Amino acid sequence: MSTPGHTQGPASGDAAAAAPRAGYAIIEAIRRGEPVTGQTHEQVRDQPAVIRAADFSLWYGKSRALHAVSMPVPRHRVTALIGPSGCGKSTLIRCVNRMNDLVEGVRVSGRMELEGSDVYAPGTDVIGLRRRVGMVFQKPNPFPMSIFDNVVYPLRIHGQRSRSELAERAERALRGAALWDEVKDRLRQSALGLSGGQQQRLCIARAIAADPEVLLMDEPCSALDPVSTLRVEELIQRVSERYTVLIVTHNMQQASRVSHFTAFMYLGRLVEYGPTAEIFQNPRLPETEQYVSGRFG
Amino acid sequence: MATQRLSIRRVISAGAIAGSAAASVAIVAVLAGVLWYILWRGVGAISWEFFTTDPTGDPTGDPAAPGGMRHAVLGTLALLLMASAVGVPMGILTGVYLSEYAGERWLAGPTRFVCDVLAGVPSIVVGILGYELLVVPVGGFNAYAGAAALAFIMAPIIARTTEEMLRLVPDSYRAGSLALGASKSQTIVRVVLPAAAGPTLTGVMLALARVAGETAPLLFTAGGARLISADLGQPFPSLTQQVFDYATSPFPSQREVAWAGVLVLIALLLTINLAVRLLLWRTRARAKPR
Ligand SMILES: Nc1ncnc2c1ncn2[C@@H]1O[C@H](COP(=O)(O)OP(=O)(O)O)[C@@H](O)[C@H]1O
Ligand SMILES: [Mg+2]
Repeated sequence: MSTPGHTQGPASGDAAAAAPRAGYAIIEAIRRGEPVTGQTHEQVRDQPAVIRAADFSLWYGKSRALHAVSMPVPRHRVTALIGPSGCGKSTLIRCVNRMNDLVEGVRVSGRMELEGSDVYAPGTDVIGLRRRVGMVFQKPNPFPMSIFDNVVYPLRIHGQRSRSELAERAERALRGAALWDEVKDRLRQSALGLSGGQQQRLCIARAIAADPEVLLMDEPCSALDPVSTLRVEELIQRVSERYTVLIVTHNMQQASRVSHFTAFMYLGRLVEYGPTAEIFQNPRLPETEQYVSGRFG
Repeated sequence: MATQRLSIRRVISAGAIAGSAAASVAIVAVLAGVLWYILWRGVGAISWEFFTTDPTGDPTGDPAAPGGMRHAVLGTLALLLMASAVGVPMGILTGVYLSEYAGERWLAGPTRFVCDVLAGVPSIVVGILGYELLVVPVGGFNAYAGAAALAFIMAPIIARTTEEMLRLVPDSYRAGSLALGASKSQTIVRVVLPAAAGPTLTGVMLALARVAGETAPLLFTAGGARLISADLGQPFPSLTQQVFDYATSPFPSQREVAWAGVLVLIALLLTINLAVRLLLWRTRARAKPR
C-alpha cells in the first residue's frame, strides 16, 4: 500500500505512515477535522440495548479522546471494541462505570445511558452504578488476601455478613468463573499464589459475585498465556448468557472468537459497528477492511 | 607499561578494599566493645530485685540498698503505651491523608514539610516546648506531658513512613476496589491499609524504638519519680530519666544500678529492632508473587 500507484485520488502528504491513504472517506474526513458518523449495521440497531452512548465525547484536559460516539450495546451479548492502540477503546468502556472520574481534568459531553438513564447525570449514585457494572482489568488485580476474601469482597462491602450466604455466593461465583474445582481446597490461601490465568478468572468471579448487569473487560487476556487465554475466552462466552459483556481486545482473532458484535474505532471515532462475522468477512467500509485484514494499526 | 598500570590499579583497589574492611572491622569492634562493656557492667548489677523493687531512697547502705528500677521499667512501658495511643493513630491518619487524599492539594506540601522538619527537631526542643506548654501551666511535671512529648516525636515519623508505604501499594488495587462499588474510605480501610500493614507497622516500631531511648524530652515533662503512681498528674518515672539520675550520682551503689538500667534499655531497643526485622522478612516473603 505504500506504492503511489495504488492510491486513488490525491494523496494526502501528511498521512500518518501506519494509516491507509487516500480513498478512505472517513479517515479523510477525520483528517480534515470534519465530524464523522460511524456505520452502524441494522442488525445492531435491532437489538435491545442495555448501554447506549449518544453523541458521547470525552476530553482529557484539552485533548479530546472521544468524538461524538453513538453506540448501543446489546443485552446478553458479547460486544467487542477493536481498533489501533490509543483510539479510545479503554476510555470508552471506562465511561460506562465512570472509572474516568479518577483521572484529573476529564470532561464529557453527550449521553452515556445504562438502561435508559444517563450515568453522567448530576446526582448519579456512582457507587450504585459500579455495583451494576462490573469491570475486569488488563492486568489481573486480585487483592493481597485469601481467594475467598477476594470473591466475597463486593458482598462484604455491601454489608453482607452471613457466613453461609457468603460461602454460597463465593462458590456460585467461582463456579461461574470456572475456577471452583481448582481452588475449592485452598479458599483460605492467598490469591497471589494463583497462576496469572487463575488470577484473572478469580477477578472475573469477583466481578460477577455481586451479580452485575454488565461486565466490562479491558483486554482481559493480554497478560495471559495462550492456554489461559483460551479458558478465559470460553468463560466470556459462558457469562454472556447472564450478563451483557463489553470487551476491549487488541487481538482480532479473539474478537472473532468471543464476540457477537464488533465495533471498530479509530482516532476516537466509531467507524463501523455490526455483527462480528460481517465486520470480519464482509465489512462495508474500506477502512474496516484494511484494519481487520491487518494492514494497519 | 600496560601491565604496570594494571598492577597500580590493582594495588589501589586492594588498598581501598583493605581500608574499607578495616573501617568496618573498627566500627564493629567498637560497637561490640561497647555492648560487651554494657553487658559486663549491667549483668553484674542486674538481679531479680532490679525488676521487683523500687528505689529505697537510701543509697548509702549495702549494695542492695538503692533498690531496683521496677518503677522506671513500668514507667517507660506506660509512657510508650500512652504516647502510642495518641501518636500512632495521629501519624497513620496523617499518612493516609497525605497519600490518599491530599494529592496535589495546597495542604499537602506544607504538611509534608512540617512532618519532615518535626521528625528532625532535636528532642531537647520538644522537651522545652512540653515544659512551657504542658508543665508550667499545670504547675508540675506529669505523665501526660511526658507521653505527649513522645507522641509529638513519634507522629511525624509514622506519618511519613505510612505515606511512603501506602504509595507503594499498587493503584490497581484501588481501581479494582472502586470498580466493585467500594467507597474511597472502604477501599482504604479494607484494601490499601491491609496491603501496607507490615511495612506500616515497621514504621511504628521504629518510631517506638526512637522514643524509647529519649531522655531530654522526658526530663522536662514527666520529670522523674522514685515511685510509680496511678495518678498521671504527678511526676512520672522512666528508665532513661532514672539512668540519667543515677549515672551522675555520687553513690557507687546507684551508679551500679544505672548500668543495669542501661542494659535493660539496650535489650528493649534490640528486641524492637529484631521484631522489625522479623516483620519485614515475613512481609517480604508473603509479598513475593509467584
Ligand atoms: N489518563 C489519561 N490522561 C490523558 N490522556 C489519556 C489518558 N488515558 C488515555 N489518554 C489518551 O486518550 C487516548 C485514548 O486512549 P485509550 O482509551 O487508552 O486508548 P486504547 O485503549 O484504545 O488504546 C490516547 O491518545 C491516550 O493518550
Ligand atoms: Mg486500552
